[in-house]
Amino acid sequence: MTEFKELQAKEKHEVTTPAEQTRPGLVFTPEVDIFEADRELTLLADMPGVGANDISIDLQDGVLTISGDVKPWENAEESEVLTEFKTGKYYRQFTLSDAIDQDKINAKLEDGVLRLSLPKAQKAVPRQITVTAG
Amino acid sequence: MITRKMMGIPSMGWPLSFDEMERMARQMNWLTGGILGKPGTSMFSAKVFPAVNISEDKGNYYVRTELPGIWADDINLEITGRNLAISGERKIPSEGENARYHRKEREAGKFSRVISLPGDVEINSVEAKLTNGLLTITIAKAEAARPKQISVK
Repeated sequence: MTEFKELQAKEKHEVTTPAEQTRPGLVFTPEVDIFEADRELTLLADMPGVGANDISIDLQDGVLTISGDVKPWENAEESEVLTEFKTGKYYRQFTLSDAIDQDKINAKLEDGVLRLSLPKAQKAVPRQITVTAG
Repeated sequence: MITRKMMGIPSMGWPLSFDEMERMARQMNWLTGGILGKPGTSMFSAKVFPAVNISEDKGNYYVRTELPGIWADDINLEITGRNLAISGERKIPSEGENARYHRKEREAGKFSRVISLPGDVEINSVEAKLTNGLLTITIAKAEAARPKQISVK
């Protein structure tokens, strides 16, 4: 590929979460990539500004919830000059169609991107069936 | 390019605060799928990636931008006078041929932007730090741009 795409600034999507927030503040939808291989489902989510300790991942009844908190990074002395983006929590839910092996879920946070590996439970792994000529 | 926030002016007779109006505009834009403006942009936002926030204290300007999944090696920063140029490339490595995508919302590509700082700066005293996908550039103000206490005799 010789032609490169120019990145465009995108407005962050604000969400209304099913439960009302106890703390006031904005909530955004992180952008995600989700792809599937034979044995696992992988989710990548852009969550800039979120530290590893501020992420929570929850899988319950086939619903995967990811949320991340962004701590305010300005020091108290600072005053705003220009504000083009807002910060807040990240929140998103997905319904998973495959059975996931909950014990083997692995999450990694690198450069503001969450990488979540969701290994499929044994029964959801596709099985090659050999037909033997009788 | 630099717009001082209007927040300092007490309400200006608006029934809503500036923040609330901005929020409504953002939601409207999202609901209409960007029909009112270009997709993904609103009248309050810049169209060039990356979006930046600038703030200041007595001694420094702080430029912050969200660059998730971009390695420090792929970011170029250049400062000339009051102009700070940010450029680079976001690469999304291939996940192999076996990966079958359900969703692909994250984008790769190049970016380049010049930001005019609101005052004179010490170009030799710039510091940039990338943590959790958030780039913070701290630029020291030039002597002339720093507030000076004047004692009244």
